[in-house]
Amino acid sequence: MPEPDPQGASLLRLAHVSKRFGGVQALDDIAFDVRPGEVLCLAGENGCGKSTLIKVISGVHRPEPGAVMEWEGRDISGLTPAEARALGIQVIWQDLALFPEMSVAENIAFERNLGARPRLVNRKAMRAEAAAVLARLDVDLPLSMPVGRLSIANRQLVAIARALVAEARLVFMDEPTASLSQRETDALIAIVHRLSAQGIAVVFVSHRLKEVLEICTRVTVLRDGRLVGTYPTAGMTQARLTELMTGASFNYAPRPEARPAAPLLELRGLTRHGEYHDIDLTVAPGEIVGLTGRLGSGRTELALSLFGMTRPDAGTILWQGQPLRMRHNRDAIRMGIAYMSEDRLSLGLVQPQSIADNTVVTVLDRVLGRLGLISPARKSALVRDWLTQLRVKIGQPTDAVSTLSGGNQQRVVLAKWLATAPKLLILDSPTVGVDVGARAGIFAIVDELARQGLAILLISDEAPEVFFNADRILHMREGRLIEEFIPARSTLAELEEAVHA
Amino acid sequence: MPEILRAVGATERWLMVVIAVICLGLSLATDTFLTLVNLFDLLNYSAVNLIFAAGLLVVLIAGGIDISFAAAASVVQYLAVTILMQIGGGNWAIGLLLAGLIGFGLGAINAALIHHFRLVSIVVTIATFNLFFGLLMFFTGGVSIYALPGWLSRRIILFEHETASGWAEITLPVLVMVVMLAATWFMLRRLNFGRQLFAMGDNPEGARRLGINLGAMHYLAYGWLGLCAGIAGLMQVHYAREVVPNALYGRELEVLAAVVLGGARLGGGRGTLLGAVLGLALVSITQNGLNLLGVSPFAFRMIVGLIILIAISMSSETLRGLTEGLRRRRIREAQS
Ligand SMILES: Nc1ncnc2c1ncn2[C@@H]1O[C@H](COP(=O)(O)OP(=O)(O)OP(=O)(O)O)[C@@H](O)[C@H]1O
Ligand SMILES: [Mg+2]
Repeated sequence: MPEPDPQGASLLRLAHVSKRFGGVQALDDIAFDVRPGEVLCLAGENGCGKSTLIKVISGVHRPEPGAVMEWEGRDISGLTPAEARALGIQVIWQDLALFPEMSVAENIAFERNLGARPRLVNRKAMRAEAAAVLARLDVDLPLSMPVGRLSIANRQLVAIARALVAEARLVFMDEPTASLSQRETDALIAIVHRLSAQGIAVVFVSHRLKEVLEICTRVTVLRDGRLVGTYPTAGMTQARLTELMTGASFNYAPRPEARPAAPLLELRGLTRHGEYHDIDLTVAPGEIVGLTGRLGSGRTELALSLFGMTRPDAGTILWQGQPLRMRHNRDAIRMGIAYMSEDRLSLGLVQPQSIADNTVVTVLDRVLGRLGLISPARKSALVRDWLTQLRVKIGQPTDAVSTLSGGNQQRVVLAKWLATAPKLLILDSPTVGVDVGARAGIFAIVDELARQGLAILLISDEAPEVFFNADRILHMREGRLIEEFIPARSTLAELEEAVHA
Repeated sequence: MPEILRAVGATERWLMVVIAVICLGLSLATDTFLTLVNLFDLLNYSAVNLIFAAGLLVVLIAGGIDISFAAAASVVQYLAVTILMQIGGGNWAIGLLLAGLIGFGLGAINAALIHHFRLVSIVVTIATFNLFFGLLMFFTGGVSIYALPGWLSRRIILFEHETASGWAEITLPVLVMVVMLAATWFMLRRLNFGRQLFAMGDNPEGARRLGINLGAMHYLAYGWLGLCAGIAGLMQVHYAREVVPNALYGRELEVLAAVVLGGARLGGGRGTLLGAVLGLALVSITQNGLNLLGVSPFAFRMIVGLIILIAISMSSETLRGLTEGLRRRRIREAQS
């Protein structure tokens, strides 16, 4: 593929773009270009600067002096968010940036309410516009429901719809598929191709490398805030891309078959009407049980009951052979159950608080010194311990969690739960938005925890993830467990076929 | 459920029920509550607080808080009346314009401090509350003004009717209140600026990324409250027929409690004008009722506090939780 032509073939061209946040060099002398109508991927590990680059281009962050930014050959440095939108730059933000109290329709069509001049609100037109975009996306959402009451996957769809509502020339999608099901992902990919056919350029960020290679023609790789290069995807493999991103390579194999032990947790006929039915399941110490199935199959609902957040209507939970009744998730934490939730951005972390405080919030009693006050020394020791084990890339433990990149926030949540020293660890989609290197890191830790005797329930809709990391896989559909797989005795293709059938 | 009620939120519906019960109780317990004279007086008196409430609601929706507005209203009263006397009394239109302008200016001071110096709104407005009130007391020496422009001292009566228990009147503040409520509703619901205010209160970072001008929104929210406060201050002079520097002292918390009771969320993004009006109505009717029952005004404060606690804990979320629980139980019974 020919090199970008600086004489104006590019829609957007950047050179020498840098951005510092205090001590963190988030972007270092980046060159970047997007051509009209192309689908370009932006790849790199967590914290390498992908979201920061998008924020610079959309006018949210101002780059350091010396940056060159051109739009169709015209200088656009010093751009504001409103000017970026006027050029036709739309963004699906990684943290969605929606308005939770507002209706789905108003969130999607909020564009109509922008502007510095007084204008009447036209609710009917907004609803019609929102309905039209959702129809294009082939999804059905309740238009008047507040966005805050939607599931995280549906919120993601709202964010996508909002970016498509306006006249766009360049759409950034920062991990838009992170919590979408296969069907919704397929619909989105179809949309991406349609946009590109209409001459609208799309810059796509994803940690699912398979997806990256499928939909893009070129991929720009960043590492540690620096540009590694821009490559055509033709002829590129996942392994090669991983190597470019991380500078290292990884191998995968299913886990050897394990010998059964006495179960720590046993479910008999557990039922909660409308959510899951007649669930029989065991998890033994040292065992990793995978639970997979499509979004909405009842996986998360089951996990919430195991964590004492909702009460089953029928059936029994046995804990070390004894019946267990939980009224509250405090009971669950006391028994030694930890739950890393799916919607961790909003439920798992107190965003404005420091990384350190977020890590120790679940184990405050263990960092208490004399007089029952929090001992700063114990706190920082515990925090340092977990953050280094999980390789979280941070400036200072006292920085606010909200300054971390998406993937690194995830690791802080994991650190928080591991600090409770649980007996049963429920991981609900633990690697959504986590890069390949860190995924391997997280599963190495999970494996190590299992070796130490922890029972682990791993929930994920990514078949390869459960296949390579679980001892047994339970397949859930429409609230029921329908089959069991032993990875050592089957193939990934079999599992994928069953789940996507 | 009738169509019109379905459009109304759960908090508002709950408040309507409570208000209806209290009104019924008071009508039975006293023979003065349900008279035209009392109800009109209640309306004239509450008009001032309702104008405050409309302004405060805008600030709460935008994600801020302001406790300086009652002090600002006292400053406006003093300045406006002094200026009006200088120019020979003026008329109600000049008075309202003047009060609104000075009020807007005082609100803009809050907006400037909060936006340009990135200070927390509660801290800023505690400071400006003390500043406004301190300056006022310093320059007036706490002396009241009794010499008012003619239209203020005679009062403008829009409607009167003689009843067995005396004259029932509706005065200018009620009309002004209706206009201010309508304007606030229009801005919040029908104008793009209103929606931008909701957006800023709901998710400030999201609003910034969409290119909403947060500075302008701060001036709009605090300026609007200042405008309302100025106008409410002048209307309070109309009601009381005197300017007493500390007449509005403590009013800010009463209004704040009523607006929050009406479902506005501290922290922004949520609130309705109907809720604010109902919240204020609940507090005012209770106050009026206890007064008629001869209860001590100290007990009144305590009882209002209790009502707010009970009402807030029974608010929409709790109700939703209760109905959800009942629904689940019914399903379970039906299935077993
Ligand atoms: N507002 C901020 N203040 C301080 N540091 C920041 C801020 N925003 C980003 N950073 C830092 O800049 C670096 C790049 O972050 P960025 O969010 O761009 O990463 P990313 O590539 O999007 O990662 P991910 O895949 O995890 O989303 C990180 O180290 C992050 O902690
Ligand atoms: Mg990111």
